Amino acid sequence: MSVIQIILVFIWSSITGAGSVLDEFQTHRPLIACSVMGIILGDPAKGLILGGTLELIALGWMNIGAAQSPDSALASTIATILVIIGGQDIQKGIAIALPVAAAGQVLTVFARTITVIFQHAAVKMAEEAKFNKIIALHFSALFVQALRVSIPTTIVAIFVSPDMVKTMLNALPAVVTGGLTVAGGFIVVVGYAMILNMMSVKYLMPFFYLGFVLGGYLKLSLLAFGVVGLVFAIIYVQLNPKFSLPNLKNNANGSKNLNQESELADDELED
Amino acid sequence: MTTVKDEKTDLTKKDIMQTFIFENFQQASFNYETIHGLAFCVDMIPTIRRVYKTKDEQVKALKRHLVFFNTTPAVCGPIVGVTMALEKGKASGEDIDESTIQSLKVGLMGPLAGVGDPLMWGTLRPILAALGASLALSGSWFGPLIFFLAFNGVRLSLKWYGLQIGLNRGLGLVKDISGNLLPKLTEGASVLGLFIMGVLVNKWTTINIPLVISKTTVAGKTTITTLQNILDELCPGLPALGLTVLMMYLLRKKVNPIILIFALFAVGIIGYGFGILK
Repeated sequence: MSVIQIILVFIWSSITGAGSVLDEFQTHRPLIACSVMGIILGDPAKGLILGGTLELIALGWMNIGAAQSPDSALASTIATILVIIGGQDIQKGIAIALPVAAAGQVLTVFARTITVIFQHAAVKMAEEAKFNKIIALHFSALFVQALRVSIPTTIVAIFVSPDMVKTMLNALPAVVTGGLTVAGGFIVVVGYAMILNMMSVKYLMPFFYLGFVLGGYLKLSLLAFGVVGLVFAIIYVQLNPKFSLPNLKNNANGSKNLNQESELADDELED
Repeated sequence: MTTVKDEKTDLTKKDIMQTFIFENFQQASFNYETIHGLAFCVDMIPTIRRVYKTKDEQVKALKRHLVFFNTTPAVCGPIVGVTMALEKGKASGEDIDESTIQSLKVGLMGPLAGVGDPLMWGTLRPILAALGASLALSGSWFGPLIFFLAFNGVRLSLKWYGLQIGLNRGLGLVKDISGNLLPKLTEGASVLGLFIMGVLVNKWTTINIPLVISKTTVAGKTTITTLQNILDELCPGLPALGLTVLMMYLLRKKVNPIILIFALFAVGIIGYGFGILK
């Protein structure tokens, strides 16, 4: 592989790494990641076929809520190198891609842990109202994610050895990677607690517990829960005697219309 | 009624455009503590810069938006738009308090994710990807091209129009604020926000404690009861609630959130090591 190719591999795998966390432009999906890798490595046709094959396997890999999916970016870039440069067939490429995707998921856990530091640095900058520094911190976190894919990919591109990647990842003690994955499942409670402390009105906290209990027992979609919550909110406001008093003093009709409008506006935002 | 329209605090086209561009990097600083927290703050920076003139107000606004936020990136537009309008209203002297803004954000983010996740990840992407992949397998470059263009076309229009709708509705909302509508909105938003937060604590937190409590063998059939089984029978998700309430208490006691995060990571690693957590 030429030096230019290695540089291009580094750049493209950085883009897929960033794309993988952003989940916006979909450059991390095999269909795109493998195809472009194929062009860089000089065998576009093979890259395209590998991309199509891997995409069908990865159809269900998606980020839902705070959880993350197997890493299609790392899987795509490394599999394409091994198929085109390493001379493996497509099936072998797929067989390699799957464990690499799982390994990439572990690296994602690390990257998303490291970015907690960026969040806290931003809070410090907020104390001084340093707008540009906050924006810079937000975007530098993206580099962590880019390097997460481009470093292992470039190493594989230079040595074309999947075993090396495996050995490197195996060097991490399982208790740390497993522990971080476990902690990744509940570390958000700190975030929940912060926002709850900010929102919390003591006499309204029963609604929080109600949401919690219903969330545990009802298999509703979040949209349905949103509707239930909205209904609770409207009923609460309508029945609350605190609000009916000034209503009588004011022009009753006028304020009534306003309320209806606001509720309508709320409704439409939900859709 | 008395507010004079101040040109300098009106959001410009450039501000809105900049917000729209930032919105395309909603997960750049994805982190386990606040998910899109930093990103939401960055989304709000063009607005905060425009509407708040004193440093004290700017600091408060920035910190207000550096908290937990999470939704499907493609549908963050309406929430960002409404929040921009509320901040503008607050800056121009409307009596909008912090908890109203937070509650509206939370009240909207859960339900919008409820629409966005199945729509984007469960429907649009698999359909377009399957179509693209089958074209790619027949050797056609239209495969990746159609997938890329169609998906991003839908995604960008959702973001753009979502932002516009949110902003316009929000501005309308702020304009209508008079008499006792605002306290009603505040209370209603709090009820909705707290309710959704309760649902999210349960649905978006994963704690599994496979610690074996008892092993009983009845007629050759062994039943293993784990701590998780017992807790689930009490109420599903109880450890998540306990942990959240504990964190709320510690934060109110002024414990540094960084320490809490490291402590939780330590709990994860130690718990996993001893096989208590999985």
